Amino acid sequence: MLKYFFISFIIFCLSFWGIFLTRKNFLIILMSIEMMLLSINLNFIIFSLILDDIIGQLFALFVLTVAAGESAVGLALLVIYYRIKGIISIDFISSLKG
Amino acid sequence: MFFFLFNENSFFYFISFIFLISSFLVIYSINPIHSILSLILLFCSSSVFLLFFNVEFLALMFIIIYVGAISVLFLFVIMMLNIKLIEVNDNLIKYLPISLFIFLIFVFDFYLIFSNTLLNILDYNKVIYIQWINLLFKKSNIESLGILLFTDFFFIFLLSSLILFVSMIGPIVLTLITEKKNKKQNIYEQINQKYNLNLQKNA
Repeated sequence: MLKYFFISFIIFCLSFWGIFLTRKNFLIILMSIEMMLLSINLNFIIFSLILDDIIGQLFALFVLTVAAGESAVGLALLVIYYRIKGIISIDFISSLKG
Repeated sequence: MFFFLFNENSFFYFISFIFLISSFLVIYSINPIHSILSLILLFCSSSVFLLFFNVEFLALMFIIIYVGAISVLFLFVIMMLNIKLIEVNDNLIKYLPISLFIFLIFVFDFYLIFSNTLLNILDYNKVIYIQWINLLFKKSNIESLGILLFTDFFFIFLLSSLILFVSMIGPIVLTLITEKKNKKQNIYEQINQKYNLNLQKNA
């Protein structure tokens, strides 16, 4: 049963590396966050099957809701940032602070 | 042809191979559309992975929400922004130490959790008993989820609807450009209109 856990852990670590390695692109970071939420969801479901408790699957449903909302708000911020700056690189994103 | 997939272990390794390949491609591909397509592959393979465990409702939800909503949203934004290809990232070495450090923190965290509490439970599960009570009162996955969702956890259900509401209002407020040609409702003006000037008689 432990191998089912390790595959989602590996996806989590890969998406974590994706955030740190591809700092040029805002889109890839949003995709990596989606992948992190996916791996967390898989973990919830796998442990709900191992521990024989359905609340993990219920919580995965709520994480799915949060993922949908997060991607919508993040992409709206991306559109705003592209309209102001003309690029989507986040090296100069600290210039947005008031 | 695909007989090797019917074995449990070989099916799992096949799926995990697809997981690894597609998640590498999401991170390292230069064109964002390629990474979106491999993200869709990752979502579809994870839904297959869930169907393998008889979690039917969540597997279908994964396809509907992740592929049908989130990936289409990403594709739409890429199409709208018209981004050129990104230059090859040169700061691979620069952020390596801090990412390695945080990675090691996560590994240590998971090791602590597993070594203390969960390994005992996992050892118990190696013996598979036939649970006769499950055979007597068998409920489908969506049925048991729905019973929990609408009775015990209804407050969290309402809270998730609030999250969806905020995430609907937020992008509208963020991306709206206020110009004169946008149609707006002025309630004060509407109330103060004289009706006998504006109503038309039927001939």
